[in-house]
Amino acid sequence: MDRLLFGDNQFFGVNHMSEEKARAQSMRFQDIKAVIEVLDTAYDAGINTFMCTTHDRIAKVCDHMRANPERYKDFIFYPCMPYAHKYANAVTEDGILGTLKRFTPDEGFINAAFRGGMSLATKDIEGITTLLIDAEMKMFAGLNTPVIFLQNVVVDLLLGLGFKDAFRIFADHIKTHYNAEPAFITMNMPLLLDALEDLGIENPIVCSNINKIGFRMCGGFEAYARALREKQFRAIAMSVFASGGIPPREAIKWVCEQPNIQSIVFGASSRGNILSTRDLVGEYWT
Amino acid sequence: MVRLAVVGLGKMGLSHFSMINAHPEVKVVAICDAMGYVLDVLNKYAGTPIYTDYNAMLNEVELDAVIIATPSLLHGKMVRSALEKGIHVFCEKPFCLDVAEGGELTRLARQKGLVNQVGYHYRFVGAFQEMKRLLDLKAIGEVTHVLAEAYGPVVLKPKGSSWRSQSSQGGGCLYDYAAHPINLLNWFLGAPIGVGGTVVHKIHSKNTDDKVFGTLFFENEVTAQVSVNWSDESCRKMSTKMTVWGSQGRIFADRQECQAYLREPVAALPDYSSGWNVRYTTDLTKEVWFYLRGEEYSAQLDYFVGCIKNQAVDNLNSFESAWMTDQVISMMIEDAKLGPSVKIGNHALAAPKKNNRFFTFFTR
Repeated sequence: MDRLLFGDNQFFGVNHMSEEKARAQSMRFQDIKAVIEVLDTAYDAGINTFMCTTHDRIAKVCDHMRANPERYKDFIFYPCMPYAHKYANAVTEDGILGTLKRFTPDEGFINAAFRGGMSLATKDIEGITTLLIDAEMKMFAGLNTPVIFLQNVVVDLLLGLGFKDAFRIFADHIKTHYNAEPAFITMNMPLLLDALEDLGIENPIVCSNINKIGFRMCGGFEAYARALREKQFRAIAMSVFASGGIPPREAIKWVCEQPNIQSIVFGASSRGNILSTRDLVGEYWT
Repeated sequence: MVRLAVVGLGKMGLSHFSMINAHPEVKVVAICDAMGYVLDVLNKYAGTPIYTDYNAMLNEVELDAVIIATPSLLHGKMVRSALEKGIHVFCEKPFCLDVAEGGELTRLARQKGLVNQVGYHYRFVGAFQEMKRLLDLKAIGEVTHVLAEAYGPVVLKPKGSSWRSQSSQGGGCLYDYAAHPINLLNWFLGAPIGVGGTVVHKIHSKNTDDKVFGTLFFENEVTAQVSVNWSDESCRKMSTKMTVWGSQGRIFADRQECQAYLREPVAALPDYSSGWNVRYTTDLTKEVWFYLRGEEYSAQLDYFVGCIKNQAVDNLNSFESAWMTDQVISMMIEDAKLGPSVKIGNHALAAPKKNNRFFTFFTR
């Protein structure tokens, strides 16, 4: 994994501080060309990995990369699935079963699986899960996706429910069908590490908030620090600036001092911010 | 340990189950849903005992508390059965479609001395809590008007097959979306004395409403306007915003931030100055034990558990407060049937004044 990964929140109007800023970003990145321009800036600055949600609009970025294989020969995607709002809104409209039918390519499979009514066989659960994964991965066909993430809303939902076997189903399918490393995003890192350990998933890639002020580090700052010191896993730090709560230099310096962090994922819209983050990481991470 | 059951495992129920199941002071001892397949999966993989019959569950399982997240039409009966068994209740919003029943249940919960909470999670959002604090301190003087808005991309096409697309089941923009800003209005201003000009219309839906507008009238000429639309694709997700005008300033709040314009400094608010002041939810929010989809969802459940442990029955988001919102919704439904109060062509036109220059210009 690269040390610095480029995130995508800024492209889709995700801003934890302000809806106004989020909307301004949506407007700025309405044209996919504007997204690609920023990606080019990052790529030319030596940041080759794009960690992105499986949002419909990413399909256009994928098309662009496929159309210019020479230019993007070192470009790496880390897909993060699913884009949860798509499913949440569909559940309001059509319920859980209707949503599954809507998003799986093979409606016959869902109908057959649910015909049994009360009892869904294990193979059906696995079948539905893998169909959903395949539907999300379709847009990346032919592109380099060595690490594939399950998004935090799904990871944490399953974690809370105690439906840990789903992590195993996900991990196995990602390894066997995509020859890629399964990875997990979570807001509850210490708890997730325990669950993955129970499942025997060794040295997992886990992305979570890791920042100096403990912003959205559920389970507590101390538990995170202990996990970084003691647990066998590959940590990716996100929200290192705590949504603007920590000045960049201070934020990067602190993260670079923590043990066991393999990568930092960050989002930026301007060339200036991309380069200054790259340079700060270069300065403190030796 | 609080022994708890989750009833109804749709979108809200599943997320409540996930959060409360991770709570260190709670043991989820049963889950209940009419849909076998959801239960089946959860029983197989999470190992929680399952029921398809709610009353059988109440009879067979020793419970301290229940979370009810079934379709809204079922809330009333289920809440009553739980209260009668002496069980603390957290119920999803809206509380009760039948307003009379809501009143009875409010009284029953009080009489039994049980914790009674409804899932209006915006009251647990830092920015709205800050807005409430500023209003209680009269930071902007006397409130004159409020704009209460919510927009989001739920129904964008003429289809939908769940209970949420049926107004008879408590589905629709009014119950699902508008209930939130109305509930915040109730929190800030109390109960209105009347409603007027209500519009509850379809855009894409066949059997329910997609947009809601209306005016709420409070004592002392305080007014509020509600503007809600869940067929707005320009919003990435639900966006609820409140703007309050007062004699001494204005406050805006949404899930992210609280922006207050104060005409004068306020003695009780030493860290606020005159002019604009911005506070962010990220700074105002306390850490939660488990994060799934926003601190407020975790916080409201933690609060419920805390109230049970401390036997605090005068809790926030009580049945009584949610019942107030139910009453406003019911008034708005009645008002919407009336349509426009004055129609073109059948009102007495004001006669123009004789010396009106504008008038003489045209009749010259």
